[in-house]
Amino acid sequence: MNTMLRYSPPAVVLHWLLALLIFVTFPLGVYMHELPLSPDKLKLYSYHKWIGITILMLASLRVMWRVTHTPPPLPDGMVRWQRLASQAVHGLLYVLILAIPLSGWLMSSAKGFQTVWFGVLPLPDLIGKDKALGDLLAEVHEILNFTLLALVILHVGAALKHHFFERQPFMQRMGLGKKER
Amino acid sequence: MKLILNTLALFAVLTSSAASAVEYRTVLPAKSAIGFSFSQMGVSIKGGFKRFVAQMVFDPAKPEAARAQIDIDLASIDAGSSEADEESAGRLWFNRSVYPRAQFVSSQIRPLGNNRYEMRGMLTLKGRSREMVVPVTFKPGKDAAIFDGAFVLKRLDFGVGEGMWADVATVANEVQVNFRIAARGK
Repeated sequence: MNTMLRYSPPAVVLHWLLALLIFVTFPLGVYMHELPLSPDKLKLYSYHKWIGITILMLASLRVMWRVTHTPPPLPDGMVRWQRLASQAVHGLLYVLILAIPLSGWLMSSAKGFQTVWFGVLPLPDLIGKDKALGDLLAEVHEILNFTLLALVILHVGAALKHHFFERQPFMQRMGLGKKER
Repeated sequence: MKLILNTLALFAVLTSSAASAVEYRTVLPAKSAIGFSFSQMGVSIKGGFKRFVAQMVFDPAKPEAARAQIDIDLASIDAGSSEADEESAGRLWFNRSVYPRAQFVSSQIRPLGNNRYEMRGMLTLKGRSREMVVPVTFKPGKDAAIFDGAFVLKRLDFGVGEGMWADVATVANEVQVNFRIAARGK
């Protein structure tokens, strides 16, 4: 295996940071919106929004990096449908990590709550207060999130399958370990 | 409603003797508004009250004789979201089933010059009364005069947002209240 089979360090760092933040804020989002109104609920909403905007920033960097850098090629033995599936899933993941926080930001504006990142940086309200639009965007946010969940299961499942069942050194592609030659 | 009618009747009796050249006493509800804003998790939330009865007598020539009273129907609140509107009715906030309205009654109006006035009065909310000092700007107009005022109210002074909501790090204690009363003169 040569070093070309590994994503570049910035891509790897962004991948795992995004994974960590998504694994924190997805369940937080599911949990918080069922809560009755309380100061804790307001705090959790703020934390969720702050993490979401952080994801939007990191995802923008990740996508810019991806567009300007070639990822390591897939193993030679991989069949055609798997290559196509891999491309489709990765493409959709890139779209969703941008679209989901964006839909949350717009939803928040439509519901009349400006997003102030970490209580410090006010984000502009790109759309005005509009209850019907806010409810629609809440639906969109939820659907996109559960689509992401399904794709992440596929993504992780495929990586584990290639790594453990097909005994390809697949996990190293996203690792920061010692370079193998 | 009965309370309002009684107040109106009393007001009429009290004010019938006062007559002057330009006296503003007919409030135009459609052109009047009461709003507020507060900070929640560092984010400004705007709201207001849609139903209120404002009564006033104001003669720029005799400002010390001016009077104002505002009765606000707390059920008409827009607290920024339907969830917050519902929450505000509860015991920890307005306790609206016991205290359905807020009332402001002026006690003294002092001219500051340049069409600006200082209005002192008693604000009663959730059974608690506090004296407030409210700066008001008077703008004469062809159809109606506009009275704009703004002041900061500390919600905890009135027990608004008790218990878990007393944490001012989540919902600030300071509430910026602003109002615009349009009135026609005679």
